Amino acid sequence: MTDHHETEETQHHVTPPIVYMVIFGCLLVFTALTVAASYIEMGLWNPVVALAIGVVKATLVVLFFMGVKYSTKLTKLTVAAGLFTFLALVTMTLSDYISRAWGRW
Amino acid sequence: MSDSPAIAHSAPVEGHHEHPSYQRHHFETYEQQADTTNFAMWLFLLTEIMFFGGLFMAYLIYRNWYYPAFVAASHQLSIVWGTCNTAVLISSSFTMAMGVWCAETRRRGGLVLCLVLTFLLGLVFLGIKTIEYTEKIEKHHVPGFHYSVQAFTNPASDPDTYKEYKDKPMPLDMARHTEIYFFLYFAMTGMHALHMIIGIAILGFMIFRARAGAYTTGHVTFVENFGLYWHFVDIIWIFLFPLLYLISRHQ
Repeated sequence: MTDHHETEETQHHVTPPIVYMVIFGCLLVFTALTVAASYIEMGLWNPVVALAIGVVKATLVVLFFMGVKYSTKLTKLTVAAGLFTFLALVTMTLSDYISRAWGRW
Repeated sequence: MSDSPAIAHSAPVEGHHEHPSYQRHHFETYEQQADTTNFAMWLFLLTEIMFFGGLFMAYLIYRNWYYPAFVAASHQLSIVWGTCNTAVLISSSFTMAMGVWCAETRRRGGLVLCLVLTFLLGLVFLGIKTIEYTEKIEKHHVPGFHYSVQAFTNPASDPDTYKEYKDKPMPLDMARHTEIYFFLYFAMTGMHALHMIIGIAILGFMIFRARAGAYTTGHVTFVENFGLYWHFVDIIWIFLFPLLYLISRHQ
């Protein structure tokens, strides 16, 4: 009974503290980077750079602090589905607002 | 119908097999139980993504509509306080992650220490937020009957912001849209702060339970799933900070 289950189930993954420390350091560095980038005049690119750094930070948090990198396929799929749905809703809402006044000016 | 008893009896009848006391009887293994609760927690977080997503969407659209008002209004926020709070929140996420590790490796003292640190950093975050909110109240930048557009129709009347940004006076019809920026500012940071308050309350409860050894028995689900919630709140701030404080510095 127990032998059968041990082959089927993966052992619970324990992320070692060194990983958390490295990620913590990276997050602080990226925070400094995003603040520094905001002091540089980049015109349209300021929000792009700020959001890109935000996405990198969020990815690090999701993969390591939240342990998605070491979790089941079901959890990975759930996270991906959430991200996809959010982006799909943003895209559809934006396409509505962009096209709403077409031909009326 | 007639053959259903046969199916029921064909299933192997097992006795109460051995498992830890914290494993629910309907799970085959503790791993299966842990994976199931992890999945459920993520489903809850997906609803949270949709919830905050609506606020981010509103911010995106209104910022495009009333761009000059949003730029001038965001100059009212302090980048120094915003950066401090980002560092505080990332640190609290780190102490929480270390707390999960302590629970997994059954270190009761370490777990209590990590939870207390997370609790305190959460309070520091709210304290800094209070300082920022107080300034908004004093300047009449809270949306409502007492809202004042003076800092935007006549920027020189607000010397602290003016000497840094040199904003030009805005016509009243655009200046009044700064109220929408502050409405979204309070809605987004306020909803984020509410999540922090709920998290801090749960942390207080967990500290007492952890002192009694509740999470260092091998049953770490509660600590892990609370960690997911706390990191999620951190991610929301990771996006709020650049969007509200940083991206309009030069415009």
